Amino acid sequence: MLEVKDLHVTIEDKVILKGLNLTINAGEVHAIMGPNGAGKSTLSAVIAGKDGYEVTQGTILFEGQDVLEMEIEERARAGLLLGFQYPIEIPGVKNIYLLKAALNAQRAARGEGEIPAPEFMKLVREKSAEMKMDPSFLQRAVNEGFSGGEKKRNEILQMLILQPKLAMLDEIDSGLDIDAMKVVADGVNSLRNADRAILLVTHYQRLLNHIVPDHVHVLVDGRIVKSGGKELALELEDRGYDWVLEESVA
Amino acid sequence: MASEEMEQLVRREYKQGFVTDIESDTVPPGLDESTIAFISQKKGEPEWMLEWRLEAYHQWLKMTPPSWAHLEYPPIDYQAISYFSAPKKPEDRPQSLDEVDPKLLETYEKLGIPLHERAALAGVAVDAVFDSVSVTTTFKEKLHEAGVIFCSISEAIREYPELVRQYLGTVVPQADNYFAALNSAVFTDGSFVYVPEGVKCPMELSTYFRINAANTGQFERTLVICDKRAQVSYLEGCTAPQRDENQLHAAVVELVALEDAYIKYSTVQNWYPGDEDGKGGIYNFVTKRGDCRGDRSRISWTQVETGSAITWKYPSCMLRGKESVGEFYSVAVTNGRQQADTGTKMIHIGENTRSTIVAKGIAAGRSDQAYRGLVKIGPRAKGARNYTQCDSLLIGDQCGAHTFPYQEIGNSTATVEHEATTSKIADDQLFYCRARGIGEEDAVSMIVNGFCKDVFQELPMEFAVEAEALLNVTLEGSVG
Repeated sequence: MLEVKDLHVTIEDKVILKGLNLTINAGEVHAIMGPNGAGKSTLSAVIAGKDGYEVTQGTILFEGQDVLEMEIEERARAGLLLGFQYPIEIPGVKNIYLLKAALNAQRAARGEGEIPAPEFMKLVREKSAEMKMDPSFLQRAVNEGFSGGEKKRNEILQMLILQPKLAMLDEIDSGLDIDAMKVVADGVNSLRNADRAILLVTHYQRLLNHIVPDHVHVLVDGRIVKSGGKELALELEDRGYDWVLEESVA
Repeated sequence: MASEEMEQLVRREYKQGFVTDIESDTVPPGLDESTIAFISQKKGEPEWMLEWRLEAYHQWLKMTPPSWAHLEYPPIDYQAISYFSAPKKPEDRPQSLDEVDPKLLETYEKLGIPLHERAALAGVAVDAVFDSVSVTTTFKEKLHEAGVIFCSISEAIREYPELVRQYLGTVVPQADNYFAALNSAVFTDGSFVYVPEGVKCPMELSTYFRINAANTGQFERTLVICDKRAQVSYLEGCTAPQRDENQLHAAVVELVALEDAYIKYSTVQNWYPGDEDGKGGIYNFVTKRGDCRGDRSRISWTQVETGSAITWKYPSCMLRGKESVGEFYSVAVTNGRQQADTGTKMIHIGENTRSTIVAKGIAAGRSDQAYRGLVKIGPRAKGARNYTQCDSLLIGDQCGAHTFPYQEIGNSTATVEHEATTSKIADDQLFYCRARGIGEEDAVSMIVNGFCKDVFQELPMEFAVEAEALLNVTLEGSVG
């Protein structure tokens, strides 16, 4: 589904990714772990198309399409969706309005008409109940005055409604208490199916107790230096990152 | 010059007679007493009106155009403007929409302007279009039953001279400013509204001001009077772009609210802004002022300004009556080479008067805009309160926004709050929306409409919907 090959990325002349390779197949959950500053968030941001990153080498293919040639919105409509670590506030724009515009943009790209209002309302109510969000959230401005946990739940709500093929979740666990983490994890787990892949970017192992990954990758200094199964995450929890680095240098 | 001397002078010159041929439908470009007399005679005005105009003219001659605004434009040649023109003859107009600029029609389409109105706006020969003469006001009957007078100012001068004489120029005096003086001398038409004591006007009053003939200055004069406990909502303008060649527009609007009266005045202004280089756009120099004359009266200005090459406009409130309330809600959008210097004045005179200012400025392209607001609290305005919020949003990096707040606080019991923000349309907001699959232009209009929401919700419903559509069309192509 997603194939990242030899990816080199710089931000303002600073080299962040130095030849990253990653293959994700449908139905898989991948976790990218690593110390701060290793380039974890850069990877998902580049895949989503954020400005300010320069790809100096390498390719990203999504279902055979060259992602780097696509506009930001085209990537999203194709099913590549990024859940933000710090979702931005958009004053005056209702949450429900953003959801509807996003869903209809996606439908239009597929050649479908706009979703009928009753169908949309039913969908939104159902999914926000799953995320334990009060319906009043839908009428509030996007992320404005939301607590950290509410913002993260809102990100997952968008995923549940937009049903991406590849959901990329950047530090979705940061700033969450244990109850909110559980709700978010349940939401993510409900996204899991044979046709969909999930890419989790996280600093801590604790999220992976709730969302159990098929593959764990350790990203250090711009490269994936070690890959393994879910037990790798536990080992990292015990031993930290230094040993991986030493092993990779040796 | 003392007013007595002035009057003599006026009379003497008047006696010399005016030579302009009144059979003609237009006057040649230029301005002198004979032009004014021509206009006055054409309108069938009483003598006091002519004298009033001439007084204004003589004041104007002694004044100089204001230069304090944050605007740049070449000096205007007032002698090159024609000050009166009758409606164009139908045969001189486009005969059907097929003859109209397709781009203009496309814009009407996007704005959802009804078909029959498109023709009128594009200047096609249909009955309802006039130049310098008010569009015939419909619903007159219904208003008549309620006792509301809604007619052209010319008609009011003829039919209700006492009312006009009592109020005209009492809010914006003849020599208030350069453009107001010019307007007082040469105004050709505009609207007059009188809502009698205790009457709530049964419908929203609207009028479309249009400029059609080339090189004709437009000098509208509007006077709205709300008697005790009366209420009216007045809509001015039109969301459709109105084309014209380099025209000066210097309107004056006067509002008078007596005890417990409420006037809501909403404007959507979309004059032709000129081409990409700003050529050919309308110069809009407007004086709008409301007088909360009675206790507990309330005047509310709501405006959406998107057009004009140059906008110079400060709808204001004189809060004289005790506990009177003044409000100003504004969205100003500039794109291309547009310049706008706009804002408001809230003059607190009476006790416990209150005012609210919410101004939203959006600058895109290479445009430049300024918010200029004065809050003045007089020594007798005990307990007066003002809340001001002005926010600017920049789209791109070639535009500018400036805020000039002025405060004059004359007593210690007043409460004045001011909040101001300037933000660039956040790349992060744009990225967030686009990363959800929303196209760039849709994302911009979503963010901008969200930014303007506080003001749009003050507009009458159908105007609010039109205003949103207008904003989207105005900002088209401003990103990417």
